[in-house]
Amino acid sequence: MNSLPIASVGPVMRKEFRQIRRDSRSLIFMIFLPAFLLLMFGFALNFDVKHIPLAVVDQDGGRISRELAEKFRTTEYFDVKAELDRTGDVDGLMARERIKAALVIPETFSEDLLAGRSPSVQFLLDGANAMSGTTAAGYAAAILQSYSQKITLEAMERRGLGGLTMPLKTEVRVWYNPELKSARFLLPGLMAFILMVILTTSTAFSIVREKERGTMEQINVSPLRPAALIIGKMIPYILISLASAHLVLGLGWVLFGVAVKGSYILLLLTMILFLISGLGQGILISAITRTQQVAFLISVLTTILPTFILSGFVFPVRSMPAFIRLVTYFVPAKYFLVALRAIILKGAGLGAFWDQVLFLAGFGVLTLALSVVMLRSGGEDGRKRGRGAR
Amino acid sequence: MPEYSIEVKSLTKRFGAFTAVDGISFAVGRGAIFGFLGANGAGKSTTIRMLCGLLSPTSGTASVGGFDIDRQPERVKRVIGYMSQKFSLYEDLTVVENIRFFGGVYGLAKRAIDLRMPWVLEMAGLQGRERSLTRTLSVGWKQRLALGCAVLHEPEIVFLDEPTGGVDPASRRRFWELINELSERKVTVFVTTHYLDEAEYCNDIRLIHAGRIVAGGSPRELKDEVIRNPILEVASDRAVDALETLQKEPWVLETSIFGTSLHVSVADEEEGRRLIRERLAGAGIVPERIDRIVPSLEDVFIHKIEEQSGSRGSGEAAP
Repeated sequence: MNSLPIASVGPVMRKEFRQIRRDSRSLIFMIFLPAFLLLMFGFALNFDVKHIPLAVVDQDGGRISRELAEKFRTTEYFDVKAELDRTGDVDGLMARERIKAALVIPETFSEDLLAGRSPSVQFLLDGANAMSGTTAAGYAAAILQSYSQKITLEAMERRGLGGLTMPLKTEVRVWYNPELKSARFLLPGLMAFILMVILTTSTAFSIVREKERGTMEQINVSPLRPAALIIGKMIPYILISLASAHLVLGLGWVLFGVAVKGSYILLLLTMILFLISGLGQGILISAITRTQQVAFLISVLTTILPTFILSGFVFPVRSMPAFIRLVTYFVPAKYFLVALRAIILKGAGLGAFWDQVLFLAGFGVLTLALSVVMLRSGGEDGRKRGRGAR
Repeated sequence: MPEYSIEVKSLTKRFGAFTAVDGISFAVGRGAIFGFLGANGAGKSTTIRMLCGLLSPTSGTASVGGFDIDRQPERVKRVIGYMSQKFSLYEDLTVVENIRFFGGVYGLAKRAIDLRMPWVLEMAGLQGRERSLTRTLSVGWKQRLALGCAVLHEPEIVFLDEPTGGVDPASRRRFWELINELSERKVTVFVTTHYLDEAEYCNDIRLIHAGRIVAGGSPRELKDEVIRNPILEVASDRAVDALETLQKEPWVLETSIFGTSLHVSVADEEEGRRLIRERLAGAGIVPERIDRIVPSLEDVFIHKIEEQSGSRGSGEAAP
């Protein structure tokens, strides 16, 4: 009699661990799917463009034109796949996707240059993939610009203006700095995304399953308090998600070279806070749904979309319209992401993102408190509706 | 110690415009096997849910084990056990794990659970299957295990909501033996069922129909007091035709059909026999036999429900 509510957390937790262990599919879902997603996204969401297959049509064939072509040959951005005589052949190769770009140096190139006229060079691009197309155009423009500067300087030297330096020195600088690999930006976002989706879905499932099977009713008639039930369910899922998060961190380090620069304790703290809000959301979803299918649908809609679009994972929050920016305040992943990027990439201390942690904690407390209330009253509502239907 | 385990006064529950339970009152003595009977949707489950502290009544009061269900639902939950037709066990846990979990939920210490374990296993006949996953057990086993889990913490009162649904007759019999054992230990058993033959096992019965209690008493009392008129069983292979013929007669108080025979309620046995033969002969039906029978509870309830709905088998008023 009158045992403290905390005492009944133990049996719930042990039961939950046993159930998760027996259900090997969900265990794999929770631990390995995140790692798998990291691999998928890490390699697929790669905005770096390199080794673009290129054809060179050198109609001039002189020393200078060959020198220009050489510039394209020696960079890692382009791979010269074909050397053609006629511009007409470019079409066929591009249609068959053998090449993505072509450099056409006209017959009069050397002549124009020596005569002091501005020669034009044609750069043809496969625009089917807008993203890599623009990137390739950027590389080409940069290479051509640096080459044209070199020629200008040489010409001036020849005219006796030796020793002159250009007031502005341009280097081949690509918008996508190859040193800053996409994976480095993506890793924190992926962590948030993966943890949120997996955790929310699993929690919602574990409770809705109890409703479907009737075990929730058995628990409701027992003296077990909703808070004890929620805490007992939370602990196993938080531990498993933490394990999963560490797997993602490890893979990020091994495969993408993303090491944690900042404090590990801070990282753990923000992760736990974030996980609590994800759990709370899962419990809230389970309170308003009665079948696993609906729970799954709502979990996916309320986690994948906001975490992907509204958290700053892919699109910067700063550049969103005011209204959408307002909405992002309700996406816990947003706070998590800022804190995570600060810890992992910049190695910043708590001072740099304490407000984010505060928001995250507030969010966690709010969803948990709401879910305790909802679990009780929502359960009763469900039963009322169930009765009416019979 | 209160005289009654459960006391219900004018208990009412409305869902919007629908009145599921309409001002019912009754009391259940300690150690009684109390049968709460009625069709699906009659208000049985709503009543049980209110008594278990899951639903708040719209009006009226009830006490369970001496605690008010509306003001002290948490106290109520500690003194009751509950088991429903769904046998809410964790299918992916083993027999022992289920027992440990429910013991833990009721705040039993590990030692206390260990002490109760052999009793539950023996009661459910699950010795040797302790490590089996619950989903691999037959329905009868699950049912007994669910009962074992519901009484692990030795509650004063057990609520059984249609516990025998979907169980074979042999398991049902065995289950009722367990209920009798509980009753002998002074545990009050509140059981709902729509199997009327099971109601014969109860010491006290209430029949609920459309949210109201329409009959109550022990099975004996119900049969003796409610059915004052003799009931004749008319066996015929043309039972439906016979029913149609007799229903029209003013001297027939009630008729109902049970397979290939009719139950006909009449004011006088000899007169009834004569009239039945005469009328059926007129319709070309020769009954195989006509016997006076001891009314079953089913006869009682048909009588009561028809009386309640005002649509009697015959047009004559009740005597």
